[in-house]
Amino acid sequence: MSIWEYANPKRFMQTSAWVLPWATGLAVIALLTGLIWGFFFTPDDYKQGSTVKIIYIHVPAALMAINAWAMMLVTSLIWLIRRHHVSALAAKAAAPIGMTMTLIALFTGAIWGQPMWGTWWAWDPRLTSFLILFLFYLGYMALWAAIENPDSAADLTSVLCLVGSVFAFLSRYAVLFWNQGLHQGASLSLDGEDHVADVFAYPLWTCIAGFGLLFVTLVLVRTRTEIRMRRLSALEARERMQ
Amino acid sequence: MVSLGKYAGTVLSAYGVALALLLGLVALSLWQSARVRRALAAQERRMAENG
Amino acid sequence: MIALLRRDLRLAVRAGGGFGLSLAFFLIVTLLVPFGVGPDTGRLALIAPGILWVGALLASLLSLDRIFALDFEDGTLEVLATAPIPMEAVAVIKALAHWLTTGLPLVLAAPVLGVLLNLPGAGYPWLFWSLLVGTPALSVIGAFGAALTVGLKRGGLLLSLLVLPLYVPTLIFGAEVARRGAEGQAVATPLLLLAGLTLGAVAGLPYAAAAAIRVNLR
Repeated sequence: MSIWEYANPKRFMQTSAWVLPWATGLAVIALLTGLIWGFFFTPDDYKQGSTVKIIYIHVPAALMAINAWAMMLVTSLIWLIRRHHVSALAAKAAAPIGMTMTLIALFTGAIWGQPMWGTWWAWDPRLTSFLILFLFYLGYMALWAAIENPDSAADLTSVLCLVGSVFAFLSRYAVLFWNQGLHQGASLSLDGEDHVADVFAYPLWTCIAGFGLLFVTLVLVRTRTEIRMRRLSALEARERMQ
Repeated sequence: MVSLGKYAGTVLSAYGVALALLLGLVALSLWQSARVRRALAAQERRMAENG
Repeated sequence: MIALLRRDLRLAVRAGGGFGLSLAFFLIVTLLVPFGVGPDTGRLALIAPGILWVGALLASLLSLDRIFALDFEDGTLEVLATAPIPMEAVAVIKALAHWLTTGLPLVLAAPVLGVLLNLPGAGYPWLFWSLLVGTPALSVIGAFGAALTVGLKRGGLLLSLLVLPLYVPTLIFGAEVARRGAEGQAVATPLLLLAGLTLGAVAGLPYAAAAAIRVNLR
């Protein structure tokens, strides 16, 4: 298992080495700007009071939770078709980030929901879909951990990601069918930037950008770690054979 | 400090949970990165010595 | 292919094959529910369709790891891989065998268990039809999960973690048919969606399962 000999991981390590500081810097700037702007310099919502400020964390996290899975889907396909090891490792690296984003969306959603809907949890379609998404992330990560052979693990988790994506889609609509839900009634909605007034939208977009850049930064860091781990295993195996 | 009014607890705990999770993720990622780098460096050193 | 099916059916029903285990589990789960939620017949009647669906789903889960594991362990799966029939067909046959030995008995047992949970009269046929249409999806989705974890020694728990989220749409539509039927409402929409789901799963998942088996046979 000498992936280190292949050009791809080397090139990735070199490129990511100089991209990383920039990504980190931009992420920090966007996050700080967006969050401080949103938290301190925006008015309260006439209906939701100061809780509207939660939007600056809840919405970007929820968006990243979905986008992380979408990225995993793309990188899994690239692995299955082109056999680029870096791609498979990037998918593996992204999963914990996506899962954390899902958790943030769930917790902030619940905390926000308490004063707004009078309950910590409601089986609202969006919240429910995110709970299912959380389980998908968990299963994906558990499968990676369970399979010993790295290439087999990459293959199986990629297939799981594909099938899971189809079912995530189906679940989204099944859950909508199952319960028309409270979320729809909210004056601010995930995809409705039209619902959100400009004074909220600008800092929100900044936060979304910040979360996106944070995701990129963390994926780079974690993928580099995965590549080094593979290199380490390869060296240990070689040492054992000598 | 901006006045959060009656929802202060709500907003602050939401931000608190989110930031805690984010910082935890970042810290974990950095710690794992450092640990693997150290182990890899040690392994490479060992193999260079043993030829 | 028929020979493979017959062989799997025979293996499942002989002693140690696990046949009837799922049925027994279904019965036990159904018995536990009144102990858990209280014997009020009104409440039980309300939740009966959903409980029976969840029970059937969990019972179906029980025998999933047998689908490929036994053949994997004694090398039969490798032989099947070199056989003239494609691996996708093997996956379909295995899922079909699972359905015939686990799913179908559950479908037949469910109305009987419905009596224990005070299922309203109108609900019986719809419980039956929803399970009949939905359990094949459970078998084929389960076969996919089993294919992913076939190489693992203690894969059972991981198998459940992987498969149960995938079961959600089937459960939602199936239980919805049963519930609406019990309440006398129209069931066409969820029933059609359920049927579409089953057909789609049966058409597409054998390919994914076959791919997973090939990876695990490497």
